[in-house]
Amino acid sequence: MTRRLLAALCLGLALSGAAHAAIDTYEFGSEAERERFRVLTEELRCPKCQNQNIADSNAPIATDLRREIHRMLEEGKSDDEIVDYLVDRYGDFVRYKPPVNARTFFLWFGPALLLVGGLGILGVIVARRRKVENAPREALLSAEENARLAALLERESQDKKDQ
Amino acid sequence: MKRAILLLPLAIFLIVAVFLYRGLFLDPSELPSALIGKPFPVFSLPTVAGDATLTEASLKGKPALVNVWATWCVSCRVEHPVLNELAKRGVVIHGVNYKDVNADAQKWLAEFHNPYQLNIDDAKGTLGLDLGVYGAPETFLIDKDGIIRHKFVGVIDERAWREQLAPLYQELVDEAAQ
Repeated sequence: MTRRLLAALCLGLALSGAAHAAIDTYEFGSEAERERFRVLTEELRCPKCQNQNIADSNAPIATDLRREIHRMLEEGKSDDEIVDYLVDRYGDFVRYKPPVNARTFFLWFGPALLLVGGLGILGVIVARRRKVENAPREALLSAEENARLAALLERESQDKKDQ
Repeated sequence: MKRAILLLPLAIFLIVAVFLYRGLFLDPSELPSALIGKPFPVFSLPTVAGDATLTEASLKGKPALVNVWATWCVSCRVEHPVLNELAKRGVVIHGVNYKDVNADAQKWLAEFHNPYQLNIDDAKGTLGLDLGVYGAPETFLIDKDGIIRHKFVGVIDERAWREQLAPLYQELVDEAAQ
């Protein structure tokens, strides 16, 4: 029994160690700086682990980058300078918020363009249908066709009477 | 005219399909380097043997492979014999010993042979950071002026060398000979 407890305790301790691996302690000059660090590390992507940001990842490279970001914050660098520093080394890949330029135009505006285009096409289709449905009958059929229609209807009613 | 509009959804579908099909064969773990076409980062670090100080100027003169390696890196062990073989064939290879324990690195080189002409000891990983290294092994191809021309991520094997790196390296050698 005690053995089992001990094993469970060891397992628990081991797991909690893994869970806290991504937390390292940094001293900040002010709360604003701490907040900037939090925002930056959450917006920057870990180059090794791809789908994690620098704040969440416990890859060694993420640890290094957190340390670098902290160092640059301490040196009084602006957010833009820090992001540029990393983009110079790792490319736009490290930004979860890619910059707006010719290459990323469709990434940023593609969905909106598709939505507007789709709504436009829908609008045209609806407008056309309305036009057809609301138009007076005379406008749709020529005098000759109207006469033929009348004759056909006349014949049908005649047929029904005969039955 | 009307018929052309009816074909529009099909056209959009085909364009999207082509992009998605291409996406199936892209390797997301291979990042394009931000340093292609830029000079090798400025540095001043000791050699692994500790007998001299190297700077970015030391790498100029000949086109070369700059291989980022470490003893903790398992796949570097797989790559090492290939590098030895290439060095034997006369390919210029420099090393960046990335975030490693110096004694381990020296032991490794003594045991497995040393293919590196220059070997930079980047114990703190500062040069690795400037190079945008995110996992060893990584290999940069630099020209005779020390400009980074290509980056290869992962283990260089015979096939990768033959199909990707050898033509590029030869191009740089020819360029340097002119």
